[in-house]
Amino acid sequence: MADSNPSDTFRLSSLISSATVRAKVKVKDWEDATDVVGQLLVAAGKIKEDYITAMKRVLKELGPYAVIAPGIVLLHARPEDGVIEPCLGLLTLVDPVPFGHSENDPVDLVFALGAVDKQAHISALQQLAEMLGDSEKLNEIRTASQDSALLKILLGEG
Amino acid sequence: MRIATLCGMGFGTSMMLKLFIDDILKAEGMKADVVPWDLGTFKGQQADIIVAPKDMESHLRSATATVVLINNLVDKAEIKTKILAAIHALPKSG
Repeated sequence: MADSNPSDTFRLSSLISSATVRAKVKVKDWEDATDVVGQLLVAAGKIKEDYITAMKRVLKELGPYAVIAPGIVLLHARPEDGVIEPCLGLLTLVDPVPFGHSENDPVDLVFALGAVDKQAHISALQQLAEMLGDSEKLNEIRTASQDSALLKILLGEG
Repeated sequence: MRIATLCGMGFGTSMMLKLFIDDILKAEGMKADVVPWDLGTFKGQQADIIVAPKDMESHLRSATATVVLINNLVDKAEIKTKILAAIHALPKSG
């Protein structure tokens, strides 16, 4: 069994903060959503502006497979596209927008992930995946109307 | 038996899928080599089963392996049902 050392387990809580999470945002379309969540991470000093362009390019080039579950998109690009520090941004949207996925559109939860290397963020991603597989948690995330409440839910304090 | 998970970027979703599949196989008492691939490097590699997010199917048209497409990458039940069905459908060797 591959167990990682607790000391090098990447906690989800180390990737998110009040600066990277916004509840009930209005956006025009998928590009706008990507810009808004990307700008949160830029303002927090986690990524460069180039990374926002890269996330959009990945979506356009590879198709909307990043809509990993109904209503949920996980935007990401390569570390060398402009990640300064590992980070995770989240927007919950007032009105869902289509990203072009055949089954999982429209999207109301916009996650943006910045990883610095393949291994480092894997356990954080697994924690995120566990949380998103929990329908009660998902519901809480979707209904939180305040940034602070949303952050608490993500950190497991809600 | 080799199961490959495919993602556009080589980490992220293919790792997530690998972790879920490892858990599912362990719970079923099955053994397999689960490897994450990315689009840039997977051509020419071999696997018995390839697991990918739906909407990546166009990249897998020429694959000779059994292709499993997942709609909801965080839905363990969907992944479990589909992966076990694919494993049971594999031609038995020997």
